Amino acid sequence: MAKPMAISGNFAAAYSTKQINPHIVAAYPITPQTLMMEKFSEYVANGEVDTELICVESEHSAMSACIGAAAAGGRVITSTAANGLALMFEVVYIAASLRLPMTMCVMNRALSGPINIHCDHSDAMGVRDSGWIQVFNENAQEVYDTMFQACRIGEHKDIKLPVMVNFDGFITSHKVERVDVLDDDVVQDYIGKFEPMYPLLDVDNPLTYGPLDLFDYYFEHKRQQVDAMQKALPIIEKEMKAYGKVSGREYGIMESYHLDDADYVIICMSSTAGTTKFVVDRMRAQGKKVGLLKLRLFRPFPAKQIAEQLAGVKRIAVLDRSESFGAFGGPLFTEVRNALYDVNDKPGITGYVYGLGGRDISADQIEGVFNKLISAPDKMIGDIQYLGVRGD
Amino acid sequence: MKHTIPQEEYMERGHMACLGCGGAHAMRYLLKGLGEKTIIALPACCWAVIPGVYPYSCMDIPLQYVAFEVTGAAISGIEAALKAKGKKDGTTVVGWAGDGGTADIGIQALSGAVERGHDVKYVCYDNEAYMNTGIQRSSATPRGAWTTTTPVGSTKAWKQTPKKNIVEIMVAHEIPYTCTASVAYPEDIIRKAVKMKEIEGPCYMQILAPCPTGWKYPPEKTIEIARLATETCIFPIYEVTDGKYKINKRIRDDKKKNIIDYFRTQGRFRKLDETTIQQIQSSVDAEWELLKKKEKCFGEEI
Repeated sequence: MAKPMAISGNFAAAYSTKQINPHIVAAYPITPQTLMMEKFSEYVANGEVDTELICVESEHSAMSACIGAAAAGGRVITSTAANGLALMFEVVYIAASLRLPMTMCVMNRALSGPINIHCDHSDAMGVRDSGWIQVFNENAQEVYDTMFQACRIGEHKDIKLPVMVNFDGFITSHKVERVDVLDDDVVQDYIGKFEPMYPLLDVDNPLTYGPLDLFDYYFEHKRQQVDAMQKALPIIEKEMKAYGKVSGREYGIMESYHLDDADYVIICMSSTAGTTKFVVDRMRAQGKKVGLLKLRLFRPFPAKQIAEQLAGVKRIAVLDRSESFGAFGGPLFTEVRNALYDVNDKPGITGYVYGLGGRDISADQIEGVFNKLISAPDKMIGDIQYLGVRGD
Repeated sequence: MKHTIPQEEYMERGHMACLGCGGAHAMRYLLKGLGEKTIIALPACCWAVIPGVYPYSCMDIPLQYVAFEVTGAAISGIEAALKAKGKKDGTTVVGWAGDGGTADIGIQALSGAVERGHDVKYVCYDNEAYMNTGIQRSSATPRGAWTTTTPVGSTKAWKQTPKKNIVEIMVAHEIPYTCTASVAYPEDIIRKAVKMKEIEGPCYMQILAPCPTGWKYPPEKTIEIARLATETCIFPIYEVTDGKYKINKRIRDDKKKNIIDYFRTQGRFRKLDETTIQQIQSSVDAEWELLKKKEKCFGEEI
């Protein structure tokens, strides 16, 4: 029987990890991730899990221990944020390249410098080309549910890729919310027993992981990685939907909110989607045809699905919680605009960068974005604006 | 006929090491001691090339290539998986790295791994520089050695600082077993490999692995030079078991050779001046005397 709990995003991540009962967890403390690992350490100390917990001496070693453990044939979970993820950069690529399924929670936090411990998405965006599947979550319930989906997706025989479960540092990681949790056996039935494909531990059938791979084969291996990502998209859609049968909560790679007849649409990810839903309700009550497209899956990027969702929309604002210095717009903006290139009767599109370093985003600011879309001239130029920053 | 070295091979013919590579000898003998149930993680180093380029390999044991600085962390993960999956049936998890990957970029992960007490065996094959990238100095390069980043110029020449004593750093971690070894003494490598396999907990072994390419000597001299390193006491062979020191290759005072005999065999020391050679001789003598004292003070009861 499902039961409700009042827990934070970090607690939800720890509780779901407990229910997954992975072989290995390796992690290094960084704010705002620490509470997840503290909670999980309690489960270990109380014998509630069978997990080998490795308290490593850096995030770089956390990911490296995970790579070793996953290649050995274990089900593996880790978590980090911001500079920790940046330190991992090198090995984050290796995990994906070696096709090692594992789950990493990232409590999204601004990258230094100057040092800042609060939310933005610059950490996850820094590794967006690393070959990890990236899911962004709106709230603690989504975090809890996505942890199980991540096992099924990453370990799928046609995918074999690591999955990053992103949620907003402090906003989601520390806020206490209602989370409906599943029974342990329901979780175990859903995720299934982990069957590694070529474990290092099989000493009778020795093989090599990641050998020197030069101009003869490297390109083919990269091409296979591309194929895995492409194949992953429909499987992820199916898995997220199928999770509804287990939990009663069906997910998609994106969520449409009052999108069917909307003329003016905001696209964003994570907790800001919650605030935007509130604004959409408020403006719909005033008869304004506004809507939200919340993107959950950022990698692989569902370009076609987004183009389909946005057909017929007049104007779009894309909200990015990270900057891509020197680029034309934030990462989400450039992806969405790219996805719309082949659409007939293209919507006008504008990009906003907001919330860097945990700067609050208010309902009124989001309403302002909608109002600007509504009052914009017909031929809107795709320009980039900054929301809630002094001097703009 | 009784063989002192096991005949089993876990490293096959067809490797890509240079002619006379001490590192190739070191791996071959280590594996003869550890046996077939061995999993090796290795970072960037000569040994990332030696097994062969994909799809070829000369290795008959599971191998994982890892990033340069993470050997200690990777073997921690593999060992944890071994434990979690209940497959501790005599399988040995080994980290195998060069001196740069051990004493420089990998020292943090190594220190972390042994501090956490993983049942892992870390072996450093010490060729005293970054040989794979083209003979750059590492912190394990000895004082007086030419490398491509410590060239002999008009105002500065060779490496000025002494070799980092990584062995004593590992002893300071109070792990169950730390030892040195040399390709000149294969039976000693094999005995130590067997010993490490039997010990539960982290062990560290540093094998002197002369490099003809980087040390500038003819390839057939590898074993001779390795032996000289021990006979001059610049690379003593000893082990520290639970804090107790034991010198395995005892060099009698009257048999101890001068450091100049060792230096003359290698082009990398060719430009050294008399004064520096004498200074190095004094420090080698002092280190050797200190080691003997350690054996006396912290040795087995004799």
